[in-house]
Amino acid sequence: MREVKKDKVADALPGSQWSPFEMNPNLPPERADIVIIGGGVIGWSIAYWLKKKERVRDGVKVIVVEKDPTYSQASTVLSAGGIRQQFSLTENIQLSLASADFMRNINEHLGVLNQEPVDLQFNHSGYLFVANESVAHIMEENYSTQRFAGAKVSLLSPVQLKEKFPWINTEDVALASYGLENEGWFDPWTLLNAFRQKAISMGVIQSIGEVTGFNCTLNRMDTVDGETVDVKRIKHVNVRMPNSREYQPVECAIVVNAAGAFSAKLVDMMGIGTGPKDTLSGMALPVEPRKRFIYVFNCPDGPGLDCPFLVDYSGIYFRREGLGGNYITGTSPEEDAEPDVSNLDVDHEFFQEKIWPSLAHRVPAFESLKVTSAWAGYYDYNTFDQNAILGIHPLAQNMFFATGFSGHGLQQSPAAGRAVAELILDGSYQTLDLKGLGFQRIMAKEPLLEKNIV
Amino acid sequence: MWNCLIVLVERAMFVLYGSRFAFRVNMAAPLVPLQRFCKLASLHVCGRRRLWSSSVATPPSLYKRLLLALTQRFYDVEILLNWRSQLKSQALQKKNASLTPLEHEHLNTVSHTDRASLGYYHYTQEHYGDNVASAYFILNMHGSFRYAGQSEWFRSDSSGKFSWDFVNQKDSLLEEVDLGHTVINQMGLGNLVGNPLRTLSLRGCHEVDDWALARLHVFQDTLEELDISCCPHITIGGLAALRNLKGLHRLNVSSLPRLGSPGLVIIMLEEMLPLCQVTAKGYDLSLTQLGGN
Repeated sequence: MREVKKDKVADALPGSQWSPFEMNPNLPPERADIVIIGGGVIGWSIAYWLKKKERVRDGVKVIVVEKDPTYSQASTVLSAGGIRQQFSLTENIQLSLASADFMRNINEHLGVLNQEPVDLQFNHSGYLFVANESVAHIMEENYSTQRFAGAKVSLLSPVQLKEKFPWINTEDVALASYGLENEGWFDPWTLLNAFRQKAISMGVIQSIGEVTGFNCTLNRMDTVDGETVDVKRIKHVNVRMPNSREYQPVECAIVVNAAGAFSAKLVDMMGIGTGPKDTLSGMALPVEPRKRFIYVFNCPDGPGLDCPFLVDYSGIYFRREGLGGNYITGTSPEEDAEPDVSNLDVDHEFFQEKIWPSLAHRVPAFESLKVTSAWAGYYDYNTFDQNAILGIHPLAQNMFFATGFSGHGLQQSPAAGRAVAELILDGSYQTLDLKGLGFQRIMAKEPLLEKNIV
Repeated sequence: MWNCLIVLVERAMFVLYGSRFAFRVNMAAPLVPLQRFCKLASLHVCGRRRLWSSSVATPPSLYKRLLLALTQRFYDVEILLNWRSQLKSQALQKKNASLTPLEHEHLNTVSHTDRASLGYYHYTQEHYGDNVASAYFILNMHGSFRYAGQSEWFRSDSSGKFSWDFVNQKDSLLEEVDLGHTVINQMGLGNLVGNPLRTLSLRGCHEVDDWALARLHVFQDTLEELDISCCPHITIGGLAALRNLKGLHRLNVSSLPRLGSPGLVIIMLEEMLPLCQVTAKGYDLSLTQLGGN
């Protein structure tokens, strides 16, 4: 009885949490400066960098809204986890190099006092791209771009390739490109968690909920071409609680769209991109989810510790997983044979038909293997040019985009997060110049395509 | 006097009713800057989820637990401890100052401390050349080296003094370098680039990790002997980086505490480096009996 009375007295005094109205304690705050929609590695990277760059303690109030705390469909955790600098676009190489430098000193950046140091389990095994005669010239051009941008890559002739990796079949190989440093694979879940713990320790608020709509103000304007467009400014983000109809309109200044494969849904909610095609008001976000499969197989006679992340010109890739003769593999399907994206079910026939023949051709030891497991994940596929979209849409005045990475989001996340944080807090890019990855290229219809061999 | 009274009352409340109530009472106290409101978010600040990591065999000492408790309650202690760890890492980066500035745009990702320490060996490099600067760096780190074509080793004695004869040998290239039990890290290893090293010893270096091993690919043509035993931060991911050193003849990977299955790793290393003789002592390689009938 005395305990009950003590509790009642404690509740009645000012400063206690008791209130006669029952309110969901998990609602996000009513007001915030920046709302980041999407709690994947990109979202948390942006949140971390925003807090790192604020010049006063609690300078910006940042909320990260994530609809699925189990991350069951998130692209980050379903990724193969590779990082490479072997791109053809300088922006991509720079993003990747900067991210590798970040991961090199990850404890300096993301170490939380009194927590265990972050262990990414980074395997420094490098990427190996294998080209035949018809695409060898592309590889050579890319090699000089990569070297100029600072990537440590080397070109190998078929003889050198066979010497280094005797288990490769080099009969149709003309040239190979091998990463020497800063390339390999790591654990995406660790990176995500490290960003999240550090960001939360710096004061970012995590909110579990789904964004169901926006309250925007409208400004009707005329462009120089005489087109009438509606320029929207987001005032409130409606965050709905899981399994409930309760929602909280979060008043905010800036919204960051880091929703990955589902980014286009947010743009539809705002009503952007519904105008006639080839006009500014018809410019939607060209990002859609694409399903990709990863298969795990076991081959006891396969390549050993020096097995790189091999990418073949036919499109297949594989890498070693652990020390027990397990490997993971996958490929991109043809444009017209894209699998259905409504669920994450795996198509096992795809492995038999499309992947295994090329695998066995490239590595004869893989003729006998056993598939032990498989999973599927979404790419936030940029249908325009398969490269990231960073920046502001002309018709959404305060929505910053960090999406469309098309499979490279994880490896570019630290640097992309920093770039977007610079855009928001400094107004322009400070370290890496990524203006080429903005919406300008979509408006001008000039795709910034990667000239890769796959 | 009033301050002391308030603090005493607050302490008493804390003891009797728990931290939540005590902080409520004290909200308007003048000692607010030293105390923290009991918001849920603040509990995350210093990893309060686990008081200590579950992998540590024994709980940390009383001193560490006291520091942890203080850090969770006071901003000042948290900031001071952050400063202390930052100063430590800055001192380490300064010791490992890079000879050559990083040429590319990703220099901007280098933290401010690294950029500040870039100029330390610049004077030596300008006046005596890269080779002398590398030699000076090694002696400063309390390591030792031997030039190609000579048989005497240049080393510093226990108090850190060394002879300056190496200054006259501007064109000699390093052949054997012993940086065992020093604080060399991946940045410092970049200072040895350009020398045709045949032997490199990083025995017992606490700052050498997987990324440092990844930088060794610059010596892939000449390196014959590598000793990375007793380095606590090397894991299997870093050993995979030795793939480039195909000319290696002797490799010592004894006593690496973070290797999960050392027997298997040794076999795979021998397979990866065919010319190499792998020495791996300090592991319990006996076969364990699996339980069951």
